[in-house]
Amino acid sequence: MSDATRPRDSALIANRRRFQGLRAASPWLAVLAVAVLLPWLFYDYAHGRQNSFMISMFSQMGMMVIFALAFNMLMGEAGLMSFGHAAFFGFGGYCVAHFLNAAAEGDFPVPLELMPLAAGLSGLALAIVFGSLATKQRSTAFAMITFGIGQLMATAALMFQHFFGGESGVSTDRQSTYSLLGIDYAQGLEVYYLIVAWALIAALGMHYLTGTPLGRMVNACRDNHERAQFMGYNPRMVRFLQFALSGFFAGTGGGLYAITYEIVTYDAVNLPLSGNALLMAYIGGVGTFTGPVLGAVLITAMQSGVSLMSNSWVIYVGTLFIVMVTFAPAGLTGIIKAHAPLARAGRLGRLVVPYLRLTTPGLMVVLGFVCLVEMLSFLTIGAAEGKKFNVLGLSPDLHASPPWLIVAACLSIGAIWLRREARLFHRVWDTLMADLGPAGNR
Amino acid sequence: MQILLGSLLNGLIYGMLLFMLASGLTLIFSMMGVLNFAHASIYMLGAYFAYDVSRYISFWAGLIIAPLACGLIGAAIEVWGLRRCHRSGHAAELLFTFGLVFIIQRLVMMVWGTLPVPYQVPGSLNFTLFALYGQNFPAYRGFMLLVSAGMLLTTWLVLKKTRIGLIIQAALTHPNMVAALGHDVPLVFTIVFAGGCALAGLAGVIGGNYFTTDSGMADALGPIVFVVVVFGGLGSLVGCFIASITMGLVQTFAVTANGSISSLFAPLGFDLGGDTLLGEILTLPIARIGPLLPYILMILILFFRPRGLMGTRDA
Repeated sequence: MSDATRPRDSALIANRRRFQGLRAASPWLAVLAVAVLLPWLFYDYAHGRQNSFMISMFSQMGMMVIFALAFNMLMGEAGLMSFGHAAFFGFGGYCVAHFLNAAAEGDFPVPLELMPLAAGLSGLALAIVFGSLATKQRSTAFAMITFGIGQLMATAALMFQHFFGGESGVSTDRQSTYSLLGIDYAQGLEVYYLIVAWALIAALGMHYLTGTPLGRMVNACRDNHERAQFMGYNPRMVRFLQFALSGFFAGTGGGLYAITYEIVTYDAVNLPLSGNALLMAYIGGVGTFTGPVLGAVLITAMQSGVSLMSNSWVIYVGTLFIVMVTFAPAGLTGIIKAHAPLARAGRLGRLVVPYLRLTTPGLMVVLGFVCLVEMLSFLTIGAAEGKKFNVLGLSPDLHASPPWLIVAACLSIGAIWLRREARLFHRVWDTLMADLGPAGNR
Repeated sequence: MQILLGSLLNGLIYGMLLFMLASGLTLIFSMMGVLNFAHASIYMLGAYFAYDVSRYISFWAGLIIAPLACGLIGAAIEVWGLRRCHRSGHAAELLFTFGLVFIIQRLVMMVWGTLPVPYQVPGSLNFTLFALYGQNFPAYRGFMLLVSAGMLLTTWLVLKKTRIGLIIQAALTHPNMVAALGHDVPLVFTIVFAGGCALAGLAGVIGGNYFTTDSGMADALGPIVFVVVVFGGLGSLVGCFIASITMGLVQTFAVTANGSISSLFAPLGFDLGGDTLLGEILTLPIARIGPLLPYILMILILFFRPRGLMGTRDA
């Protein structure tokens, strides 16, 4: 009897495993499907062509997802803050630009599809060199050393003509090498799909790493560096390995950058890009794997979208960042995760009214702040560029006081109101959490 | 000889300016564990404030008002920003100041415009102090040296001879013990943070018209100040001083030095030119390598002395 049931049991187990595998794979497949279909949502059917602005934005998102995830391998997984991570991204980019130029002369017969891998290996090599130095330290000293490394690369990029091409950068042509798939990569869409493929491969690789013994030890060294040492591990070695691998993935992203734009300038190694990775990872949430992905998509969209309308997007992103650091250190995904226990208990509905009450004062604060920033920046920068001030179809005289008074009143009333509502919200939140009991705080 | 002496004086002035920024940063960092990324931004604000005050009142009023304003801003940042973030650890504080860098830079561009402002040396100091081998030494440089030396002396006296200095010094190494003895350590933190920002503001007042006052001045000096702090070692003002002067001298001398690495080997009969990357590194004039030197020095010192020149502890 028992012999007869065994095959059925094992078939059941195999079935369950398959089901679990499917469940694990489903978010990846969903992301892949969305990424593949996304450009066709913005397809210009009237003219029968792709929307090139959207394609280039999505391509940028893809690279930034890789870069932010690579950055989070240090920040989130290892608790190491790198302020010079663009060094590896940019180095990968410069290397691919040179590889492509070498391929044009027949010296480097690597297909375009594998160029990001070559970029990753370049990033890995640089990360091994700099990592052996930076990982001697951790926490703040590590942050300072990486900052120095980033500055070193940025300064060197302007100085050495041969490798970095000075201020004009290194230009290249992605069609100078052959393709494994027979695609000529003349269209932005084809490059976008290459980026999607590599972003998925890199993300899968980084996700896989989080579950490996190394990934676990990296977390252990982040949480308690001394206990990890007592267990017989060398935290420095663990940091070094993670740093090198992170450099690999950052380099991959940089390679895609070179392939997409066909020019790499020192912007690709400079501090603002390193800062961007930090903003993306932190705003998205460093505590989860999906956080940096969300952050990269969101910030790139903001960057592309807001910079079309206003030239002070830096101040909005900076303010958003500071607000997140102060009030929601777990990032956007952290906020979402905090709702999970309530969702499990089916009590999410009780938050609807408090949330709705937050929206009006919240909108007032945002509107007041945006108007204030725009008015200020118009007075000095916009006016010099000969633009006309225009908010919500109104163009008030900014040299008179009424618009300033209205905006200041909107901002301050909104802020006071928001504080009151936030206190109320906290009370509701705390009671709901207390009702859930210890089970809810899992 | 003339170049040597001139570079020496200029390097000293630059080094003292660096120390004015780095001393505050080191004090803040050693005490609170907060690496204030926005420190150079405060320096920039100091220069702009001084420009505004000098337009309406006078340079001398700016010399007092601008550092005070910067100190107040520092206190506000500490009380309303950093304390709130402190709950989520040092990383959050560091990131908070990192975000401030972007905001302050953009704000400066919004308020004062993107072009450099004409912040001039005051007329009463715009004369030649003495001539040295035919080269004029402007009085303003002498004034800068005087101010920074005065600042150095004052800081030293405050730290060594006053009660608050004693508490600050103790809190530098044993913050928990100082708190246990009943001192208001958070207040000490605020004072140190505000004091450091005021010093940065003062550096801005006297540095703004020596260099140019524009929205890029924080980016130009900020990284160097970090290098100085790392190079000097954490928790050591003496190390910070040595590092500042070293960086000042190294950078000034590099600019005036001619020749390249390959010219060192030339007397030996090697010709290390050539149109390759290595050839370029070797033949690049030292004057152009200047901006790179601080980072190379920092990496070297970290390689041989991971704690910095005089550092007594890890971060």
